[in-house]
Amino acid sequence: MSEALTNISAHSAVTSAPLLSARGLCFDAGGQRLIDGIDLDIAPGRCTVIMGANGSGKSLLLRLLHGLIEPTDGAVSWCGQPLDRAARREQAMVFQRPVMLRRSVAANLRFALSVRGVRGAKRKAQEEETIARARMDALKDKPARVLSGGEQQRLAMARAMIGAPRMLFLDEPTASLDPASILAIEQLIQEARDNGTTIVLVTHDPGQARRLGDDLFFLHGGRIAETGPIMQVLEKPTSKAAQAWLSGRLFVPNTP
Amino acid sequence: MESFSAILIEAIGLILSWDPDVIEIIMLSLRVTLTAVAAACLIGLPLGAIVGAFRFPMRTGVIVAMNTLMGLPPVVVGLLVYLMLSASGPMGVLGLLYTPTAMIIAQTILVTPIVAALTRQVIEDLNGEYAEQFASLGVGPLDRVLALLWDARYSLLTVALAGFGRAVAEVGAVIIVGGNINHVTRVMTTTIALETSKGNLELALALGLILLVIAVIVNGLLMAIRGTAARAAYV
Repeated sequence: MSEALTNISAHSAVTSAPLLSARGLCFDAGGQRLIDGIDLDIAPGRCTVIMGANGSGKSLLLRLLHGLIEPTDGAVSWCGQPLDRAARREQAMVFQRPVMLRRSVAANLRFALSVRGVRGAKRKAQEEETIARARMDALKDKPARVLSGGEQQRLAMARAMIGAPRMLFLDEPTASLDPASILAIEQLIQEARDNGTTIVLVTHDPGQARRLGDDLFFLHGGRIAETGPIMQVLEKPTSKAAQAWLSGRLFVPNTP
Repeated sequence: MESFSAILIEAIGLILSWDPDVIEIIMLSLRVTLTAVAAACLIGLPLGAIVGAFRFPMRTGVIVAMNTLMGLPPVVVGLLVYLMLSASGPMGVLGLLYTPTAMIIAQTILVTPIVAALTRQVIEDLNGEYAEQFASLGVGPLDRVLALLWDARYSLLTVALAGFGRAVAEVGAVIIVGGNINHVTRVMTTTIALETSKGNLELALALGLILLVIAVIVNGLLMAIRGTAARAAYV
């Protein structure tokens, strides 16, 4: 087996107690092991980027870390404790395809506030503040599902940031968006970082990884093929999988 | 026997004359049907939403039962309600047999499985779309059911309409528990059956036309509402 498939215990970037940890994380489906024994720590305040080819398990890993699906083996812990529903309330996730409720922009935000127990005048104030922060004042009464892709993703970001989550999972939030929309999303991500939110970002865009990331996990075949500070991995990848992917070549394991 | 056109003209004349007996029959039909549909929605919408939104043991069995009950034969429901409400039945003391309330009970029993089963399908589809987002937001069970019902509101209007269609056209159950008593429990469908057997085709056809017009109006309203909703991408 290539060195690229050797599982690497990834703790290099962590300098303080991890906010979120995974140990021996595995996930099987359809008789296949899709996530294969991943260990990782994510330190507070960092922006951790997960990259890898399609099918390498990036989105699946994100869902496992957020507790949306149960691992076949291994565990995720939050501040040293098992990840439970209360812990998940301190996290938020933005999906690649934003899920818009069949309501107006403002009502989508109101729902997220209500779920977090914010009611009355406080809810109204937070709703208006969030709309302003997402620069969506002119769109607040529009049905969310008729917004453009970029606007929907901005709304999804704004909704996720309600309640100031300690950790924000972003699954390719700028996939298929135009440069202006990408810039708007990246500004929101940067704002979240500035407010102390820890970011875990899945992206295929090395430029975006450079702009936003601190640490990088490169996934291949459900394993961490390489990890380290983002510039180090992007500029001097050591694994064959990362080298091949970053140079635009398709990496097929076991190829001579 | 008169020609169809002659009967049709007489029927239309009967409608346009606003005959008090005809109006009374129409109003009772609408009262019974709308009350039964409202009751069926009160029971069937949350029931269907719960089955559609959650996984629990025996869920498949519950779905099979709900789908099977959609095809309940009206006369069987009428007979069961009759046995319950008759003087010797467990609810005979209430004295509801041959009253509009008995007809509402029978129609509610007929329509509730339709509303519940169709709601389950609508909510299950929507829940498939929302499930991960709801889990990420930490939405609790009650909030989830309420949000799914609200966001599926326009599709659920069609569900209610299916229930209305079943109830307003129903004759077997209401004739058994209502008795088709003049000025008490006589509704459009039972009157049509009675008057046809008596050869009074003008009144039967007039009521039949009114039933059709009601169906057209309700469907037209629903299409207009759904059209507005579709433009806002709410369906």
